[in-house]
Formats: sequence, C-alpha cells, structure tokens
Amino acid sequence: MLLIVIGVALAAPLIAPTSPDIVDRGARLLAPLVRSAADAQHPQGMLHLLGTDSIGRDTLSRLIYGSRLSLAVGFAAMLLGALIGTLVGVISGFFGGIIEAISGWLIDVQLSFPFLLLAIFLLGALGGGKAAVICVLALATWVNYARIVRSQVLSIRNQGYVEAARAAGAGASRLIFIHILPNTLGPLFVVASFSMAQAILTEASLSFTGLGLDPSTPSWGTMLNDGRDYLLSAWWISTMPGIAIGFTVLGVLMLGEGLREVLDPRGSR
Amino acid sequence: MSTGPMFDARALTVAFGRSRVLGLRAIDLTIATGETLGLVGESGSGKSTLARSLLRLNRASAGSIRFQGRDITRLQGTPLRALRRQLQMIFQDPFSSLNPRLSIGRAIAESLIIHGLARGSEIQERVAASLAMVGLPATLASRMPHEFSGGQRQRICIARALCCRPQFIACDEVLSALDVSLQGQMLDLLARLKHQLGLTYLFISHDLRVVQRISDRVAVMYLGRIVELAATAELYAHPAHPYTGALLAAIPTPDPLIERARRFVALPGELPSPARPPAGCAFHERCPKASARCRTELPPLADIAPGHKVACFHPN
Amino acid sequence: MSEPLLAVENLCVTFASEHGAHAAVSQVSFSLRAGEALGVVGESGSGKSLTMLSLLQLLPNGASAAATRAQLGERELLRLSRDQLNSVRGREIAIVFQDPLTALNPVLSIGRQITEVLRHHFNLEPAPARLRAVELLTRVGIPDPALRMNQYPHEFSGGMRQRVTIAMALAGAPKVLIADEPTTALDVTVQAQIVSLIADLLQQTGMGVIWVTHDLALLARIADRVLVMFAGRIMESATCEELFTRPQHPYTQSLLSTLREGRTATTGGEAPMVSHADPAPVGCPFAPRCAWVMDICRATVPVMTPAAHGGQVACWKVTR
Repeated sequence: MLLIVIGVALAAPLIAPTSPDIVDRGARLLAPLVRSAADAQHPQGMLHLLGTDSIGRDTLSRLIYGSRLSLAVGFAAMLLGALIGTLVGVISGFFGGIIEAISGWLIDVQLSFPFLLLAIFLLGALGGGKAAVICVLALATWVNYARIVRSQVLSIRNQGYVEAARAAGAGASRLIFIHILPNTLGPLFVVASFSMAQAILTEASLSFTGLGLDPSTPSWGTMLNDGRDYLLSAWWISTMPGIAIGFTVLGVLMLGEGLREVLDPRGSR
Repeated sequence: MSTGPMFDARALTVAFGRSRVLGLRAIDLTIATGETLGLVGESGSGKSTLARSLLRLNRASAGSIRFQGRDITRLQGTPLRALRRQLQMIFQDPFSSLNPRLSIGRAIAESLIIHGLARGSEIQERVAASLAMVGLPATLASRMPHEFSGGQRQRICIARALCCRPQFIACDEVLSALDVSLQGQMLDLLARLKHQLGLTYLFISHDLRVVQRISDRVAVMYLGRIVELAATAELYAHPAHPYTGALLAAIPTPDPLIERARRFVALPGELPSPARPPAGCAFHERCPKASARCRTELPPLADIAPGHKVACFHPN
Repeated sequence: MSEPLLAVENLCVTFASEHGAHAAVSQVSFSLRAGEALGVVGESGSGKSLTMLSLLQLLPNGASAAATRAQLGERELLRLSRDQLNSVRGREIAIVFQDPLTALNPVLSIGRQITEVLRHHFNLEPAPARLRAVELLTRVGIPDPALRMNQYPHEFSGGMRQRVTIAMALAGAPKVLIADEPTTALDVTVQAQIVSLIADLLQQTGMGVIWVTHDLALLARIADRVLVMFAGRIMESATCEELFTRPQHPYTQSLLSTLREGRTATTGGEAPMVSHADPAPVGCPFAPRCAWVMDICRATVPVMTPAAHGGQVACWKVTR
C-alpha cells in the first residue's frame, strides 16, 4: 500500500493534472468530477477529478503534491526521533547508573508535558517552516524509541553471546554496535512505523490548527485546514486529504509489521 | 612462564549489588597447568561466579588472583583485554550463547578480529581449522545459528573458544542442555582437545557423574566456599564432607534393585540464601552431624590426607 | 488385574509444514494402571513430550494427533469437545512441566493459583479452598504452608516451585499425573527429594504416574515399567527390572552402557530431530546409529513383538 503512496509522491510532477498553485478564481468550489468553464489554457474546461478548493486550486493536484510533503516530513521526523531515541535508549540501557537516571527523568518530564503546549512554544521559538516542524515532531516521538530500546538492551545484555563477546575481549562499542543493537532492530521497526504514522498525523493536526506549515504549501494538513469552513458545503476539500492520510498511515503500519517479520533471523515460523 | 600453578586465588571474595551479597567467600584455590579441575555444587553455590572471577568478568571485592604468577586482580583496560586471549569460557545454554544475527563463522572469528590475530583469508582458514577440530565441516561457516541443533551449537561455541588458542577454558555446565548420549561425545571431544592443544580446564557441573569422567581433581562448593577438594578417585571413593556424601548419595544408579532397596533419605531443606548465610558452618542446618561448634565456628579448609582438603569439624 | 486407567493404541502425531506432512510420533501404544509408574525415556526429539501433550490436546499449531484408541476410563481423549476437555484437564489428567518458573503466574500469589484450580474444578467457596490448598502444600512438603500461601513464585527456590506445581497438579485429584522432565532443571539433591515425593504420592493415592525423562537412571528408582522412545517410535517396553538387567534393543543397551561405563556403544551422531522437514525416513529410525544394522533394518520399520523379558521390542535383530 505504501508503495502506491510513495510512487505517487515521486511521480507527482508527471501525473498531477496541473500545478497545485494555479488559482482559477472562476472555478471555485467545484464538486468532484465537474468541469470548469472553458478558458484559454483548457479549451473544454478542466475536469477536476476531486473538485477544487475555495480559491480554485485543483484538489487532486494538491493532494498529489501534498503527498510528497507529508511523506518527507513524516519520514524525516521519524528518522530524527529514531536516532535520538535509540542513542539514548542504548546508552542508558548499557551503562545504567546515573545516565539511566537522567534519561529516565527526562522522559518522564517530557511525557507529563502536554504536547500541544510544547509544540506551540517550540514552533514559536523556532519560527515556522519545515525544519522546525520536523524537529518538533521528532521531539514527540523519540521517547517511544528510548523506552523500548532500553528495555531490549537490558534483556539482551544478559544473553550468553554478549558475555562470550566480553570474554573474547570486546570493548563497549563493539558490544553495542555488533551484538546488542542489531538484535533490538525487530521491535524497533514496529515502533518506527508507528511513530512515522504518528508524525504524519501530528503534522496534519499541527497544520490544521495553523501551527505547522505555511498554509499555502500543499500538505495534507493544510488542506484539512482549508476545508474546515466548508465541511458541509464543499466536503471534498477536507475529506480527500483525510482519506489520503488514513490510507498512508495504514500503509506505513503494515510496512512496519512486514519488515519486522522479515528481519527475524529465525525466518517465518 | 612461571613454574607455579596456572591460577592461584587467595581469600578471593566477590560481592554483588548494593547490599553486598557475597557470591564467593574467601576462596583459596590453585589450578595447575594442564589439569582439569572439576567444580561441583548446587545452583547458588558460586561455581559460575568463581569461573567468572578467574576470567576477570567480574571484580573481586577482596583477596587476590594470580595468573601464571602475575597479579590480575585489579587489571583493567588494555592489559586486561590482552589477557582475554588466554582465558576463554563456554556457557551452559547453547541457544543464547550465539548472536542470532551473526553467521557462525563471524562469531567464531570474533576473538581473532578483536585482538588482530589474523587478517583477510587467514581468518577464514583459522575458522575452518577451529570447525574441523570440533568435527564440523568448514562449509558451515556462513550459516546462521538457528540452523543448528543444540549439540552442534555447543560445538560451535567450543570452536569459538578455541580459535584464539587460549591456555585455559572454563566450561560452565556445558553439558546440561544436552541429551545423555550427546554428553558422552562432547566429553570425549573436550578431553581430546585438551590433549591436542595442551589446555587447562575448569569444569563446572552439577552432575557428578559427568565431572567424575573428565576431572583430575574435584572441588565441592557450598554457599560460596570450597568445602572439599581432592583427587577425583579419592573424592568419589572417600568423601569426607557430609555434603559431598549427600551429593554422591543423590545420584541415581541405573540399577532398580539397588535403588529401591536403598531406603534413601534425601537431604532435607535447600541451599540457604546467600543474603542470609547461617552463622558458623553454612551447612549446619542440613547436616546430620552438626554440633554446637558447627553452629558458631567456621571450619577452615584443611588437609585430612595428602592432597585431600575438607572444611568440616566432623569429617568422615 | 484391574482395567487400565489409560489405554493408548497406535497414537500418531503429525506436523503439517510447507514441506508436507511429517510424522513426529508413530504408532505409539501403551497403557497405565492405577498406582503404577510408567517411565518414558528418550532423547530430545524422540517425541516423548509430544505424545503426552497430544493426550490433552495441547499440541502446538500445525500438529494434529490421531489414534486407534486413546481412552481414559470410558472417554476417548482425542474426540472430546472443548468443554469435555476442560473437565479432563487438571481433573482427570494433570501435567507437571519441566520449568516451574514459566508454569506459575508471577503476579499471583501461589495460594491464589492453587485455590483457583480448586474452585474451578470443585466449585469450592474461598475458605474451604484455602484450607485445602494449605493441605496440599503440606502434602508436597512445603514448610510453613499457611505463611507461604501468600508469597509469590519468585520468592521460592526452584525445588520449592516445582513442589508448588505438583501441588497444583494434585489439586484436581487427577487419576493420571504426567510429569514431563520435572526434575531436569533441578539440582541433584532436590531431584532426589522430588523423586521421593512422587514415589510417596504413588503409594498413598491410587494415581497413575507417567514420568517422562531423558535420564534413564532416574527411572530405576521410581518406574514400574519403562518405554524407550526414539524418533517418534517405541523401541522397547518392559518392566523396570527387566529393562535394566536384560535390555533387548540396541538403543536401550547403548543408553545403559553410557550410564554404567561412560562409554557409548553406538557409532555416534545425533538423534534425528523429529520435527524437522526431511523426507520421511524408511526403515528403522535407529539404523544409522546401530552397530548391528542389517539390510532389512534400512528397508522396513520393525514392529513391536513380544520379547524374551516379557515385554516388547521393535528390532529386526531380536525378532528374526
């Protein structure tokens, strides 16, 4: 499923009927599958498969271009969160002691803080823009990784092969990177897919509330926002991106599950 | 190389955790070069802890360990890592002793890589040689652990321990997870390797039958102390410590007539918790011969015959 | 002689895998009388545990069992419905497994776990259930039972935990107790205690006990009759004394010589893992390891025939 979305995102410039930014004031709020009036560029009027929004932009095109943005943001946020979270998890699990205490405290603090407030504060401080949004999203998700990785590390640490490696003379970095970390990857992929899904949804809600990306950029979140005022009349403006988000999230989750099964070195059982 | 024993531990004490529970209490032990020392005792008696101490996988809280005359008690960093080449260990559970993500060839070569003992194709050659020594074809080096049975995995672990040509190998319950018929083969393999490569073994097991077959001397442990130490034949024929006697009596013999006629009285109770050791001799709560002295005084490990030591006020 | 408690004929357990169906247990037949201890000895992969699990329909996914007869008293075990099964499990037949740690729920006190079994089977009120639980704990030799009722599994040592699982097994007052490697994970002194305990229970109740193990020597103390299994088949069955003094099958002989002299009489090699997907072996499964193998052994599976010692043996060398 995800492949479809990725394919669409990559091929956006080729398949979108038109640029997402063209504003056709004459064709505002057209329902799906309605033709717009004829004009210079399109002698028969354009067929807007999914309708247009309040200022006449083609929904389908925006949807397609939006996929790029949402996927990119979601993926980047997931990656950043994974890196930070895994690092913290491994270090606190492996070394224990005061490092573990500090990171535990950090995690608790963050979890008890309402995310939206945190987001508002940070976005205000960093200004808007893609990079800021990605950072904020990463911040929301690193905790998931940290906890899971830490508990995995704790259990793997006592396995025979880790001790055997120690007996062979392996140092901490070898133990971590060759022995412990690769064996934590399984559940990690499930967490990763889950948090990517979470990132996409969060981005959507951030943009929906106006906090996230610039409203003119075609991301699914901003599209949801645009359609807010027209939910009853021009329902397609919000519904289409909503469906797209759901579809993508489902695809991401399924991919994560599939990856985990594949990675299990014991093969299918 | 010194001419003394390979290992010389004096008053070795190891404590765990914040509450400083003693896993080993003032152990005095020597292991001669080329011998196989059997170590028996129930779980919780400290056998694995002792093996790990010798390998410096844990830190002694008191006492000293000397390896070939050199004090290794507080060794750290690079010299400790260099030491690891000489001392290896094989563990009990063949299923968790191998990293499921590494091919067995890579796992075997680990010590070679860490210590820079070989490069490139030489690594493959040495891995193949190790596999051959344990009776496995070299073509299996690229396979993953889950493709092998328990007995084969244990052999792979032996190959891994041998690869860096250590002088000493601690075998910690290496046969416990294997079937009886496999145990015999594995013991033969270990004995053969010892002669081929001039190794010294510490052989830990709770199965006294197995220990008898491979050991030159046997030490019996109880709650972190050595309570008896003697040559194998002597220990099994004339056990002096009541605990040793009970252990030997508990071994089932494959003869129904003997077994049923035995009127066997099992040793009551269980090993006391190391966190709350009894005063005096740790065994007195379960000992049929316990006297007032045993309840208050700790019997020292002393000779009752040449080469036969017991820690008991009323040895047999 | 009274009717047997348990009568099994031609039991087969098959695994369905992507490589096709594979027989893990074939043509196993045995019976158990009240007050009798039946020992089942075999290596890992011999199918001994699978045989027992199949009687209670506890087989893993992908495995199925079939038998000409698998009767407990009047009931056909393999044809029971879900509800009927639940009334058999624990109540008529109870199993004690190898690892007491995983058999006990770590978050419930052991008193709670035992009383739960009692209330499930006998519909007791809490108070009488507790009393009975304390009785059971005393029976299995746990000191201070009233106090220890409220403790959790991790507060017990391995041997004590196994006693608790035995108490739970006894709670249902079963007719048959299956002990699947109950002492393998325990120290030798504790093992001796548990063996004594089971021997006492055998004498005091009319229970039948099936003791599954890979350690033949253990059975010398407690078994009345012994079945020797290899690669999913029974190789030999005899009374305990006869098996130890006049073993007929080469496999039994090699097991005994390993125990007695510490030498293996076989040509080595590992037992075939029964659940692996190899093409179905032809002939006697022990042929590759047998010192007396003949052509017929490789071609045809030997059948169980009466042997000189009054039991049965499946071996061409003996029955020719």
